[in-house]
Amino acid sequence: MTTELSAVDPDTTRRLLHQMLRIRRFEERCVELYSTWRIRGFLHLYIGEEAVATGVIDHLRSDDSVVATYREHGHGLARGLSMRSILAEMYGRQEGCSRGRGGSMHLFDAATNFYGGNAIVAAGLPVAVGLALAAKRTGSDALTACFFGEGAVAEGEFHESLNLATLWDLPVLFCCENNLYAMGTPLASSESDPDIALKASGYGMAAWPVDGMDVLAVHHAAARAIATVRAGEGPVLLELRTYRFRAHSMYDPERYRDSEEVQRWRERDPIDALVAHLRERDELDDDALGAMEAEVSAEIDDAVTYAEAGTLEPVEDLERFVYTEGSSAAIQPQVSR
Amino acid sequence: MSTLTYREALREGMRAALAADERVFLMGEDVGLYGGCFAVSLGLLEEFGPERILDTPLSESAFVGAGIGAALAGQRPIVEIMTVNFSLLALDQILNNAATMSHMSGGQFHVPLVIRMTTGAGRQLAAQHSHSLEAWYAHIPGLRVVTPATVADAAGMLLTALEDPDPVLIFEHGGLFSLSGSCPMAPCPLTWTRQPSCDRVTTSPSLAMAQGCTRAWRWQHRWPTPWTWRSSTSAPCVRWTRRRCSRSVGRTGRLVVVEEGWRSGGIGAELAARAAEHAFWDLDAPVERVATAEVPIPYAKHLEDAALPSVQDVTEAVRRVMQ
Ligand SMILES: Cc1ncc(C[n+]2csc(CCOP(=O)(O)OP(=O)(O)O)c2C)c(N)n1
Repeated sequence: MTTELSAVDPDTTRRLLHQMLRIRRFEERCVELYSTWRIRGFLHLYIGEEAVATGVIDHLRSDDSVVATYREHGHGLARGLSMRSILAEMYGRQEGCSRGRGGSMHLFDAATNFYGGNAIVAAGLPVAVGLALAAKRTGSDALTACFFGEGAVAEGEFHESLNLATLWDLPVLFCCENNLYAMGTPLASSESDPDIALKASGYGMAAWPVDGMDVLAVHHAAARAIATVRAGEGPVLLELRTYRFRAHSMYDPERYRDSEEVQRWRERDPIDALVAHLRERDELDDDALGAMEAEVSAEIDDAVTYAEAGTLEPVEDLERFVYTEGSSAAIQPQVSR
Repeated sequence: MSTLTYREALREGMRAALAADERVFLMGEDVGLYGGCFAVSLGLLEEFGPERILDTPLSESAFVGAGIGAALAGQRPIVEIMTVNFSLLALDQILNNAATMSHMSGGQFHVPLVIRMTTGAGRQLAAQHSHSLEAWYAHIPGLRVVTPATVADAAGMLLTALEDPDPVLIFEHGGLFSLSGSCPMAPCPLTWTRQPSCDRVTTSPSLAMAQGCTRAWRWQHRWPTPWTWRSSTSAPCVRWTRRRCSRSVGRTGRLVVVEEGWRSGGIGAELAARAAEHAFWDLDAPVERVATAEVPIPYAKHLEDAALPSVQDVTEAVRRVMQ
């Protein structure tokens, strides 16, 4: 941890640790639940990357919006979706945050402006631009944090979105989670110039790389970026350099990287690093860490119980929600001033 | 004739083409180093090298367009799109360029491009990973759409597609990759009529068809004269000719169309319309369609199952036409 950042107050630091632990332990339990067939479909784990969502989302206000990808359990938890509703979703229960219709890749929550859970690479970026456009049009200083992998940088939607957001000065915080691989494709095989922050600068926005394994560095960078975006100075892109410790999804022969590389990155585990930092400063002892782990574990047990007891939506309801039920989106007459 | 899986048959088909013709090359996301997201191209990079097996960035529009360009210039590209869901990012290239080039240029230019992609639901992958858009593509003149449903067709249709001077889209159902069967490794016609003994499910693309074929034998003994017109191609729209149509419908006077895909505007709708046009007087019962419920595919297993055509749906439809 760099000295500049060690000034963060211990409460914040412990909060960040707690959040990262929730995400890590939750996903570790998900792996077990997957192997016993409680969870199905694709399951993309965020293990190793927790510092990114944790450090950024910690700063967001309730009126801000979040757009994420299929690797979004961490973002959902950090944003305040209940662990119960996320796990119930993965169980396909109607108590799930998307009523069991979305699964792991499609967590949604209107209450926290959590707009998914998008499983098409780069498809979230234009939507984030639109959410920001709406905020700007209504005079709000709310922003949209948009998370995506570095694989998305090769898609046209990345470039079109960055251009539009800068052209129109829209309040988007683009968070590129650069974990070096898009499935089995290393960044160097995918980008003619692998400097993602530089690419974003080309569109005229502030952009810089951040150590995504250091939650305090992420927290610090996000604070700066968010201040710029909220001040109406247009979008910012953070290139958060991180690493996925596990397979792309549940199964992946990992022919594209060697185990030593994974091991080297594991030595930079963001949770271990933060624990070490806190211990060094006598801000966390074994008891406190044990208590935190116990609390997290109890929360997970509770979520499992909840999901297990969840109910299945009746098959007769299959065709619900294809179109909006009930409300009307009629044009509202102008109120004269 | 060797026994292969559907996955191996596709790989062997590609390998044969790569070995036979220098102009053939494969490109797509993770087709090389990773071996293909469904392991179809596993080993081809090692065998043919990076000049022939090209890993692309996540840029569907660019690499499909590049496939079109290379085909225009005389190459024989095979482009793999991981799944049909992502082909939507390349739809502009497929429709506005690949499908139109020959006609729009007054017959001067041709796009001998093969695009392979995985299709279908059934694995709890939810609404953005479970599309069956064969009918959509089949709507477009200038494209050929094929949905191999057997191991032999997987290799054979690929080889035939590579001989075609025009763009061919091959839809490989995700539920079929492990299917095993005999594989003659020979080009086969893109329109494919099989022995009339297998089942009475009249026509059903791909997985629906494969399932129909293996499960429908149960009804075989209950009703006389089953006739199967098994289709593995959208070409029924083009090639279900008056004669074929009336011959197959005339056999039983009944038509049940089974497809995985939304009902409205589906392949089944087209076939039913053809039957009404060409075989109206041969029909003894209204045409029945068994199709996917008109919802984005839900994640929860019981809902996904309910959305997809089931053996029970087919049984009931057959019962109704036989009444
Ligand atoms: C448009 C599109 N193409 C391909 C895929 C298949 N796919 C899913 S995730 C993925 C890799 C994405 O990598 P990256 O954006 O770096 O994110 P990461 O998975 O590393 O978090 C691919 C190729 C997809 N979902 N969408």
